[in-house]
Parts: sequence; C-alpha cells; structure tokens
Amino acid sequence: MSGERIVIKGGRVIDPSNGIDAMVSVCIAGDKIVAVGEIPIGFEADQEIDAKGLIVCPGFVDLCARLREPGQEFKATIASETAAAAAAGVTTLCCPPDTRRVIDTPAVVNLLRERADSVGKARVIPIGALTRGLQGKELSSMMALKTAGCVAVGNAYAPVENLLVLRRGLEYAANCGLIVVVRPEEPTLRNRGCVHDGVIGSRLGLPLFPSSAETVAVAQTLVLAEQTGARVHFGQLSSERAVAMIAEAQQRGVGVSADVAIHQLHLTESAVIGFDANVHVNPPFRSQSDRDALREGLASGVLSAICSDHQPHDPNAKLDAFPATEPGMSSLETLLPLSLKLVEEGVLDLTSAIARLTEGPSAILGLGAGTLNAGATADVCLFDPIQEWTAEGTDWHSKGLNTPFYGSVFKGRVTMTLLGGHMVHCLRL
Amino acid sequence: MNTSIQFDATGKLRHFLTIDGLSRELLVRIMDVAESFSSVTDQQVKKVPLLRGKTIVNLFFENSTRTRNTFELAAKRLSADVLNVNIATSATSKGESLLDTIRNIEAMSVDMFVVRHEASGAAHFIAQHVAPHISVVNAGDGSHSHPTQAMLDMFTIRQYKDDFSKLKVAIVGDILHSRVARSEILALNILGTEEVRVVAPKTLLPDHPESLGVNVFHDLDQGLEGVDVVVMLRLQKERMSGAFLPSEHEYFSYFGLTEERLAKAKPNAIVMHPGPINRGVEIDSRVADGPQSVILRQVSNGIAVRMAVMSMVLGGHGETNTGGAS
Amino acid sequence: MVDFQLSVEKKLDRLHSGLVAEITRRELRDPLMIGIHTGGSWVAEKLHERLGLKDPLGLLNISFYRDDFSQIGIHPRVLPSNLPFRVEGRDILLIDDVLYTGRTIRAALNEIFDYGRPAQIVLGVLIERDGRQIPVQADCIGGRIDLGPDEKVKLSGPNPLSLSIHCS
Repeated sequence: MSGERIVIKGGRVIDPSNGIDAMVSVCIAGDKIVAVGEIPIGFEADQEIDAKGLIVCPGFVDLCARLREPGQEFKATIASETAAAAAAGVTTLCCPPDTRRVIDTPAVVNLLRERADSVGKARVIPIGALTRGLQGKELSSMMALKTAGCVAVGNAYAPVENLLVLRRGLEYAANCGLIVVVRPEEPTLRNRGCVHDGVIGSRLGLPLFPSSAETVAVAQTLVLAEQTGARVHFGQLSSERAVAMIAEAQQRGVGVSADVAIHQLHLTESAVIGFDANVHVNPPFRSQSDRDALREGLASGVLSAICSDHQPHDPNAKLDAFPATEPGMSSLETLLPLSLKLVEEGVLDLTSAIARLTEGPSAILGLGAGTLNAGATADVCLFDPIQEWTAEGTDWHSKGLNTPFYGSVFKGRVTMTLLGGHMVHCLRL
Repeated sequence: MNTSIQFDATGKLRHFLTIDGLSRELLVRIMDVAESFSSVTDQQVKKVPLLRGKTIVNLFFENSTRTRNTFELAAKRLSADVLNVNIATSATSKGESLLDTIRNIEAMSVDMFVVRHEASGAAHFIAQHVAPHISVVNAGDGSHSHPTQAMLDMFTIRQYKDDFSKLKVAIVGDILHSRVARSEILALNILGTEEVRVVAPKTLLPDHPESLGVNVFHDLDQGLEGVDVVVMLRLQKERMSGAFLPSEHEYFSYFGLTEERLAKAKPNAIVMHPGPINRGVEIDSRVADGPQSVILRQVSNGIAVRMAVMSMVLGGHGETNTGGAS
Repeated sequence: MVDFQLSVEKKLDRLHSGLVAEITRRELRDPLMIGIHTGGSWVAEKLHERLGLKDPLGLLNISFYRDDFSQIGIHPRVLPSNLPFRVEGRDILLIDDVLYTGRTIRAALNEIFDYGRPAQIVLGVLIERDGRQIPVQADCIGGRIDLGPDEKVKLSGPNPLSLSIHCS
C-alpha cells in the first residue's frame, strides 16, 4: 500500500453493490479502497474526514453527459464540465460521440482522455461512433476504437436510418465485444418535431415529436439486437410503451438495458406552456402517464440507471423561438437533488436511488466503478441529504445555465468528492 | 404562465399574443371597441389621432401581404407611423439572430411590434425580450396562434348572430397546421359557444383534437348538420406532397364546401374563410361568392379589430373613461 | 350628492339670443350647427329647432380625439360622429353644455378640421365655469358659475334638461 491514507468516519455508508447501509468507516490508501467497516488493525490514517450527518457512497456514474469539447468550447469545456461533475458527485461520465469532431477515431478518444486526465476532475469514458462521422453509411473503425479503450459505441442523436447498416453495425460491434448505446428515434416519424404529441403540443401548435418515433425505433432495434446477438443499451427513454417493450424483452432474456434522464422523471409536457426554451429537450417531455411509467420502470429496475443527459449550451442556443432553439438541458448538478426528490416522493428508497446512480450504470457498461469494494478505485461521494442550497451563482459550476431549475432551491448537496483518493470537490461553508 | 406576460403589473393588456387565458369580458370589449372603429372606417375622414406620434413596426418573417396590409392600414387610421420590415427566412439564416433583429429595430425608438413568424412561440419569445415600453401583437406564429384573425371572426359572427351560447360553429379543413383554427376554438369557447366542431380527415387533425374543446367529425355532411356558422380553412398545396392527402380533387370531393353541402347547415348559416381562398379546393366559387358568404365582410372587419387591439394595447386602461375633462 | 338645481330654460334663452346676435353681427349665412356628444348635442337640438337652421344637425363624438387616451385608454361602443354635410368654407355654430378645462373644445376643433376647413366657428355653451386649462373661450354663453375644486356641474337630459351641481 502506498500514497496517502484516508479514513472517512462517522458517516452513513451506502454501497448498494455490497448491500451495505451502515454507520461505518471507509478506509482509503492511495487510489484504492482498503476497507469498509471497522478500521483494519495497523491502518494509520494520514487524514481523517468527519462525515457526521453525511451519506458516504460510491462516486456517481453518468452514462450520458456532453462536455462539448472538442469543437464547441464556446458552450463548455472538459475543464468546466468535469468540475461541475465533481461538484455533483459524479466521478465517471460517458460522453456521447457527437462532439463537433466526432469520436470515430482513436485520436479523438485519446484527445478526450488526455484532456480529462490533465484536468483530473472526473473520469471521462468516450462512447465511440457506430458509423463514420455519425453519417449512418459506413461503419466506424470499431476494432481500433476498442483498442483505444472504448467500451461502447453509438450514433447519439443521428439515428441510423438504413436498417441494413444498423444491423451490420450491431453485428460488428457484437464481434468486437462493444456495447451499442442507442438513443431510439425513427427520424421520419419525428419529422422535425420538438414537443410531445399530446394535449399541450396540440394546443400550442408546436411541431410534434410522437412517442411512436421512439417506440418504433425501440421495436426495430430490439428485433435486430436479438437477431445479431448484440448487447444493446437504450439511452434516455421517454415513453411508457418503450419501457414496457424493454421489460418484455428483458423477461425473455434478451440482453438489453436502458436508462432515463433525471429530468424525464420529474417534468411533463406541460412544462412547455410558456415556450421556455430551457425545457426544449430531446426526447421531449411527455404525458403524466409516461412519466409515471418511467418512474415505475426505474423502481422495478427495468431502467437500471439514471443519467444526467447533461447538455450545456451557450446563451444564444436558447435565444430564439422555441422550435428554433437547440434542445438539451444543463443537468449534472441537479442529478443528485432531483434523485433525492424521487426518494422523498416515494418513487424508490434511498439505497435504490443510489444504486441507479452507481452500480446500475456501471454494470451496464461493465466499468467496474460505482462500488466501494475493497480494492476498487477510491471514487467516493459524500453528501448531506438535508442541506438546502440554491442552484445559481457561485454554487453553479457548469458553463451551461440552460435549465429551468436554475435559481431553484434544492434539498441534498454534495459536500465532498474523491476521485481515485484525491479530493476533487470540497464544499467550504 | 404563457398568458400572464400579456398583461402588465396593473393587469392592463400589454401584449396581444394568444387568446388563451383571456377573459370573456376582454374579448367582448375588443369587439365593442372594434365596433366604434368600424364607424371611423365608414366616414369620409377615415383617420383618428389616437396613436399620433407612435411608431408601429410590422415585422414579418413570413410573407403575408394581406395581413400586413390590414395591420398597416389599421395603424395608419390610428395616425401611427408604420415601418414595414420583411425578413425572409433566408435573411435570418444568413447570420443575424432573431434577437439581434429585434434589438436593432428597438434602437429606433419604436412602440409596437406586429410580428408574423413561421415558428410557434416566436411572438412569445419576442415579447419576453423587448424593452419594457414596447408592446407585441402576434400576427400569426407557426401553427400556434393568430389572435387578431380569431377576434375579427368573432366580431363578424357577432354582426350576424345574436348569442354565442346558441350557436353551433363548424371549422372545416386543415386544423393540424392552422393557427387560425386554434385561436378561433379558444375564442369560441371563451365566448360560450354552444358547440364547436372541427371537420377534417385524420391526417389534418392534431393527435388529441377533442382536448381543444371541440367535437370531432370526419364527414363533412355530418359535421355541417344544423350549424349556424361554417369556417372554411385554407388548404396549402404542399399538403399533397407531404402525404397528408391524395389529391386536391379528392379533398374537394369529400371536404370541399359546395351549395349542396351547405344546405345541410341552417338556412341562415354564414360562411367564413380567413383567406386567401383556394377556389375549387376547399370551397366552391358559388359558395364563396354566394349570399351566405361573409368573407369580404371579414376583410373589412379585420381593420377595425386590429385598430381596436392596437389602441387597447398602446392606450390606457379605459375602465375609468367617464366624462372627464369638458 | 346633488346640492342644487339651476334653471335651464333661462340659460337656453340667453344662449339663443346670444347666438342670434352673433349671427347678425358676423353676418353669417346659413350656419351649420354641431353639438358635442352627449350634453352638447341635447342643447344643440333645442337651439337648432329654435334657430330654424336649414342643414341637419351635426353630432361630434370626440372620444377618438381625447388627449387623455394614453392615461385612460379607449371607451368601447363609441357612438360615431355624424356630420351630414361638408364643412369646407362653411360657418359653424359649435355647441357644448359645459365649458370647463377647454380640452373637449380643443379635441372638437381638431376633429372638425380633419373634415375640412370651415370659414368661421362660433362657440356657444350653456354654462361656463372656472378652471380653464387651455386658452379657449366661448362666444356666447347661457350663464356663468364659479365652483369649488371638488364641485361639478352636470347636465342631465334629454327630456327634460336639468342642470345640477354635485359635490364630490
């Protein structure tokens, strides 16, 4: 054992991966967890962290967060957004391939890694492109991407229209042992739609983005996944029917998983009344029953991860008529408080909520993170479940202020984040 | 939330963006004021000095000569100065953002924007970002709202029919893409209309048409049965290429208003159309030019109603206007 | 509350004879008469009949010409002005019930000039009170009264006409 020895004492440790929920200590040496429970004999701590009143859990794993680098540094940077991640308790985040320079070569993968390493605020896992340039025509060099360290590929917001290309992409990814992350959308059914095809969208006369654009894509992808044996993960579901289809596939033993964006568990179509561009997201907020089904799916485990679907924007991206604005919400820093709100509203218990932020997403991509196993990397989050704070000003770290929650008062706040045993965030009061 | 920005802190109408959330009293008041202005339009001097010194900008991001003409004439009859700014979509995509365009014109010390835009919510966006002394009147945004058209249609109906609570109104055609239909449905319901119907093939209806507060018909003969007012909507040619409909011919055969079909409505039913008319597509010429058509009356009413809205938005409360200075 | 009534008939007589004298003095030929809505038009109806004028009576509603529009806005259902003649080059007897601040007359003159350029305008009012805010004066009056700042004189009508003083 080498490096600094840290003991976190007096906190309530919740580690769903080990079924722990107890007032115990967490011992860290260097970048590894040494023990959770009693302090091992002979462990001399260099630093003691008093976690009284706090919850100590694995650092959060976020399956979908956009950092905007390389190419859109006017929106955000790896430095700004990984700092926001650290402040949000997120220690591992996956970045979709639709950066301005698409993540379809090892060079871009390495670039992202190196930048993230030099900032040192969070682990960044680049998701590779399924097709070259996300064009949906030719396969990307998946073997090379895998060699460069990618564990998953996907086509992000550029659905593969040609189903033959999708099928071959799934086959080839399966062959490479890569997981395919699919944001399900049938583009012809979407047809420039930007709001749910429900009561509100019909009344406001906004271009409609029907649920069927999602469910048809889920159905097609499920059939092809079964046929090709590819391991598919569906990202950011929005509709009741899609959850039911995935539950049914899982029951039949198909290796398929899914996540949901945190804001989809709270907001509904009625958020767009008033045309607030900050609630323009893709997929759109849908009906109350869709939201309730997403909550049920999360509680039952059909959806085994909550992601932030963080999309920071420059102010101009949201300064236009609603349909002309860029979709997406800056949401890393509301991930924990909005998850705790689910607990408060009785959707799921605290341990399950933490599981959906830690071992759930980690297991989907086989990252080995999101746990306090002895020997695991010491990525730890300490949060105060009752502290109130306002999401604004110096308490907001992302460069993107594009969230309807900006200025809101939240309960539950990250007080400290350790990344590989190093303190990357510490709240000073 | 979407309607509260239409009023200032004292509850006075500041912007006119949507019918949604307006009271029955306010709609009646707009019609009453419009009635006063109709008399102005009938006189040898068709102009009053109410808005002298005010500058009104017609900001049209979407071409519509007719609507712009009636707003321009309405403003001029109120003695306002009028600036017409036509911004084709291609010009904005050349780089200047919508907000930059607004800021530029705002810098010329103007008092009101009359906005036409192809995106739903554009007028709301502009209203949220203009300087505090500027008012915004929505002259049509996307498929969302066209409140002055709805009010001139209500005004026209009131000239022919006594009591909204005894009226059955059928709106026929492309409801899905129609801001006029959405605004009219809201206004008719606020005014307590007995029954509002929409008549259209499923492809031209939004997914939850009944949630708009209407009864839905897919058959024109049934939809027209016993109605007092028929509102025909314009059918855009591009609906054929978008696979909404097979052909103009088929549409006219099943949804076009002919004299025979109109006979299903009450004998004294009136026929309306927001214009411009596609003769032989949604309406037969014999109906459009026939005795039951009030289409041209709608056009002249358009000026009075727009004068009413502009003067109410730029003027004071009007609630305490009794006697006063002698 | 009504404090007391003033006699209308005597004032109407006096205004009538004043107008006749003015018509003679200025040598007006076939003058037009315009009453200001509402009180002025009631008074004008009586005078129009007494003077036996040839042209029909004109009615002016100055709602659209008020200078307090930006404070109080527009009054709905304004009865339209009705001038059933051409004013260009004509002599006009402009009639109102009460002359107070002078603003109504200012608005009325503006409106008349929008219709054309009259030769002369004679202003006749049933009663004149203090409190002018604009340099306007009547040529013929039926009577004069000085009132406190919280007092108002009001004409009710049309049949019968009655003048009363109110204290607010």
